[in-house]
Amino acid sequence: MGAVFRREVLSYFTSSIGYIFLAAFYAFSAIIFTSTSLANGSTQMDALFSQLMLILVVLIPILTMRTMSEDKKSKTDQCLLTAPVSVGGIVAGKFFAAWLVYTCAVSITLVYAVIIQSFEAPDWLVILGNFTGLELLGAAFIGVGIFCSSLTENQVVSAVISFIAMLALHMFSIIGDLIPIDAIAELFAKLSFYERYTGFTYGLFDLSNALFFISAAVIFLFLSARVLEKRRWA
Amino acid sequence: MIEVKELSKHYGDKKAVDNISFTANDGEILGFLGPNGAGKSTTMNILTGYISSTSGKALIDGVDILENPIKAKKNIGYLPEIPPLYMDMTVKEYLNFIYDLKKCKLARVSHLKDICRLVKIENVYKRMIRNLSKGYRQRVGLAQALVGNPPVLILDEPTVGLDPSQIIEIRTLIKKLGKNHTVILSSHILSEVQAVCDKIIVINEGRIVANDTETNLSDKLSGSHILTAQIEGSPETITAAVRGIKGVTLCKMVNEREGACEYRIECEEGVDIRRELFRLMAEKDCPILELKSAELSLEDIFLKLTMGETPQLEGKESE
Repeated sequence: MGAVFRREVLSYFTSSIGYIFLAAFYAFSAIIFTSTSLANGSTQMDALFSQLMLILVVLIPILTMRTMSEDKKSKTDQCLLTAPVSVGGIVAGKFFAAWLVYTCAVSITLVYAVIIQSFEAPDWLVILGNFTGLELLGAAFIGVGIFCSSLTENQVVSAVISFIAMLALHMFSIIGDLIPIDAIAELFAKLSFYERYTGFTYGLFDLSNALFFISAAVIFLFLSARVLEKRRWA
Repeated sequence: MIEVKELSKHYGDKKAVDNISFTANDGEILGFLGPNGAGKSTTMNILTGYISSTSGKALIDGVDILENPIKAKKNIGYLPEIPPLYMDMTVKEYLNFIYDLKKCKLARVSHLKDICRLVKIENVYKRMIRNLSKGYRQRVGLAQALVGNPPVLILDEPTVGLDPSQIIEIRTLIKKLGKNHTVILSSHILSEVQAVCDKIIVINEGRIVANDTETNLSDKLSGSHILTAQIEGSPETITAAVRGIKGVTLCKMVNEREGACEYRIECEEGVDIRRELFRLMAEKDCPILELKSAELSLEDIFLKLTMGETPQLEGKESE
């Protein structure tokens, strides 16, 4: 796992993907931060955190699109799958590499909090709760992205599928509301990433929401490992 | 040591590998010979655990590749048909990555240095793989297989894309490696397999057509009863004269040039007409400019092995 992790992190920064992702995230989050907290002279950052979710829906597919598909296309999966490492280790290595780059991106919110601190002390506990929520949401989204990437050899297709999947997960509660059966609407609301994440932006740290994102990440990573394994059996 | 028992791989209705069994002992170089699509790469992919088999067993040093993949893979160095290289890494980064990936315990710097010296990539060690030529990429691929010094090496068409001098270098290297490794290599070039391997397996359409040592197979496959000759003089005289030699079944002009034409001469098996041909042509004052045994093409070999009779050669006609 360690070898795959190091290679992936390195490759994010030898190609332009890592830089593009970081630059785009920094730019958009800075715009939102300026227009919400700074412009209003508020120490609250929940507006920033809640709007970041949509930005992530767009940006995370960029981060994860090549994780699996590129290996399949360039046949480098032959070197990974014939090496004495488990499939789970390969997927985990790729996941943690993407998550590390993601953490580099979202850590900028802590810098924003420090900027607020220079005017007036913000509520650090709420900000840390929000940051944790963002990290967990990211882990789940990266899991989804890696799974989508494992389904295809084409990076563009992979990015498009992940984007659609993440948008759907984001909108699950809206989709659910359209269905006139209460049980289904409720189920959709429970599975909605948006509903789960909003809790964090209210400053509430609900363990069930945290576990939801962790389980989502684990399930999608497990499925990605199955897809890799399946090709060995097909 | 590699043991393959009744291995099959089906893709839907298509049998890519059909019930093959063979053994490669320690310190042996085994050659897989077959045309494109014969099932060579599929077999190798199964042996290395990249894909699974539909039925049958593959044991690497006694360890089943399907049941205990991680332990079995530790003993294998694999060079696939397309070297699995990360284009965005330098050779140094890549080999270090492979070293970590294989959880290699040997002294890192000196081990990688030895490998680079062996496959002659020291001068490109710090260059990006994407900027390397095909020959160098092939060698980096070979280097990758050698990392960790695995006892079993599986090389899928290791000399494809190399220039003639590189081909000779790589063949020499494989022979050297074969002294203390079990090597399986595949090729669609008969002469290559003959030059390098101790044992040859001929495979076609997923089935083993022949499984033999190099000398046995060479004798069977020798094309000495078919000659190609370039002789100066009038074609009519020459063909008539050659056809008069005892044992000749066919003499045909295959390539017409001014002055000297090329002839294909076939004779009965076991009959050597070269001396007589020389004397006869000298008598007729038709100098022989070139005379050689025709090489059998892969197709001829399969026909010969599967039919057990004289290959159906192009342009063959009854006299």
